[in-house]
Amino acid sequence: MAEKTITGTSWNVYDANTMSAREIYGRVMRELAKTNDKIVGVTADLEKSTNIGIFGKDFPDRMFNVGIAEQNLFGVAAGLAKVGLIPFASTFAVFAALRGAEQVRTDICYQNLPVKIIGTHGGISFGQAGSTHHCTEDIAIMKSFPNMTVIVPADGFETGKAVEACLDIPGPVYIRVGRGFEPPFHKDHNFDFEIGKGQLVKDGTDVTIITCGIGVLQSVNAAKELQEVDGISVRVINIHTIKPIDKEIILKAVKETRRIVTVEEHSIIGGLGDSVAAVIAESGKGCAFTKLGLNDEFAVVGYPEDLYAHYKLDSSGIADSIRAIMGKEFEADEDWSDEV
Amino acid sequence: MSKLSIDELKAKAKELRTLIIDTTVWAGSGHYGGALSSADILTALYFRFLNIDPANPDWDDRDRFILSKGHSGIGFIPCLHLRGYFPVDELKNFNHFMSPFGMHPDCKKVKGCDASTGSLGHGLPMGVGMALGAKVLKKDFKTVVLLGDGECNEGSNYEAMMAASHYKLTNLIAIVDRNGFMIDGPTETVMGLEPFADKWEAFGWTVYECDGHNMQELCDTLDKAWANDTGKPVAIIAKTVKGKGVSFLEGDVRSHYGAFDSAQAEQAKQDIANM
Repeated sequence: MAEKTITGTSWNVYDANTMSAREIYGRVMRELAKTNDKIVGVTADLEKSTNIGIFGKDFPDRMFNVGIAEQNLFGVAAGLAKVGLIPFASTFAVFAALRGAEQVRTDICYQNLPVKIIGTHGGISFGQAGSTHHCTEDIAIMKSFPNMTVIVPADGFETGKAVEACLDIPGPVYIRVGRGFEPPFHKDHNFDFEIGKGQLVKDGTDVTIITCGIGVLQSVNAAKELQEVDGISVRVINIHTIKPIDKEIILKAVKETRRIVTVEEHSIIGGLGDSVAAVIAESGKGCAFTKLGLNDEFAVVGYPEDLYAHYKLDSSGIADSIRAIMGKEFEADEDWSDEV
Repeated sequence: MSKLSIDELKAKAKELRTLIIDTTVWAGSGHYGGALSSADILTALYFRFLNIDPANPDWDDRDRFILSKGHSGIGFIPCLHLRGYFPVDELKNFNHFMSPFGMHPDCKKVKGCDASTGSLGHGLPMGVGMALGAKVLKKDFKTVVLLGDGECNEGSNYEAMMAASHYKLTNLIAIVDRNGFMIDGPTETVMGLEPFADKWEAFGWTVYECDGHNMQELCDTLDKAWANDTGKPVAIIAKTVKGKGVSFLEGDVRSHYGAFDSAQAEQAKQDIANM
């Protein structure tokens, strides 16, 4: 099989439909490194699993594998950045957000260093591996660190865009991707991507789904089903950047649809849903609101598609939740007797 | 700046120790025990070995220094003042509201500080990254990391020790201030480190041991570390005395952290003058 390639003056992922986010990330990084000699790679025995090895193969002198040692991984990345390099540090999301969390916070965020952290196998995308390898807390942890930008791309195309765009951020960036078997949402690379700017992917007037990662494709599919079967007009917003969050697109949806559902492959505590909830609460405006995700629990074992169905993060699960929220009205009245 | 002679270094170390006492008084409190045990090491590095330029603190080719035992900031930051990074007046606000100087050095605020430290076990991994970075950038600066001995309980150090020898970082020097104490007592009582030199050797380092208060011996050892022709990273285990130079602190676990009243501060400075 011929090697899948990226071509173009900068880069152009023309066959991303058959490539995982991880593969694309390694390739985009390799392309960027050709013109930016400050880019280096660091990993902790996951050169192959996270696909940063694609970069390392072409730039062996700029690729460092520190072995199974995630504290050292992020300390080393900080040191590389301190002398003027731009390290991409790659490991599973769970090890970035938990095993190496203090180094990420204190060595990287406190010193505001341009370390780009790629957390693969995020959420429950490595479902069969069990909770030791799931990560449904990383968004909560990473977004709480000052200086950190947090991005959860919808698919491989968007991962490529995020990897390129993160170079323009002078500080640390966390990009969370899945294991690589997630179907793409975008058809090609011809779309605008701006860090901190949500993308309206489908307009609608009855309810808005605000989502990221795998939730984008599933939500769009749910929206189609709801339109066809129930006549519900669903707006879908892909809010790939969790921090800084795009307040404007959220409040516009609150105003225009008055029902908001957030969908994320993460705990409902501290993730996208809570970021959206805070924006709504601080605005002083009200709406019907539901968060979909892992409900303060460790996920069961299973292949990801079965888990997404089980936790109602697939299109039919999302559609069911939308039907439920359609029965909930935003109440602007002063009657609290039915609330408590 | 020309390199100081051994006698000049000894005098400079006394000046630093005196300033540590003054700074502790200005700050209200501090980790003076470990600062005093590091004073000769810091003096030798900053006045003889490190290739740095206080007028150009961000100079790309400078040698890097990481105070992994960040709680000794009350020794390190006065040393940076003596080396010319900022005037003494700035030290007088140490620990106080909006000061650039707190207990643990913040490199975004302390001119001449190459890494923010305080949480133990973080300096050596960052030092490995800086030393690797020097290779990528094809620069020949050294990276020096000063660790506490108690700090060597932290597992992250051993991850970094493995990586340093794996990548043959001959441009990296680790110095351990082996004063024998941690907060809860002697290192060998709380969590034994010995055979300590063997541990570093087993991880692939060239190890030198020296008296961390004998300026001649310290400089001779640093000369060997700087010239490193061993093909391995170098660790120096500098045997020191916690609270060195102050009679009522020396070798006492209570010298880890505290405050001085004016009589104690006077006594301490008198002791240092008589060293």
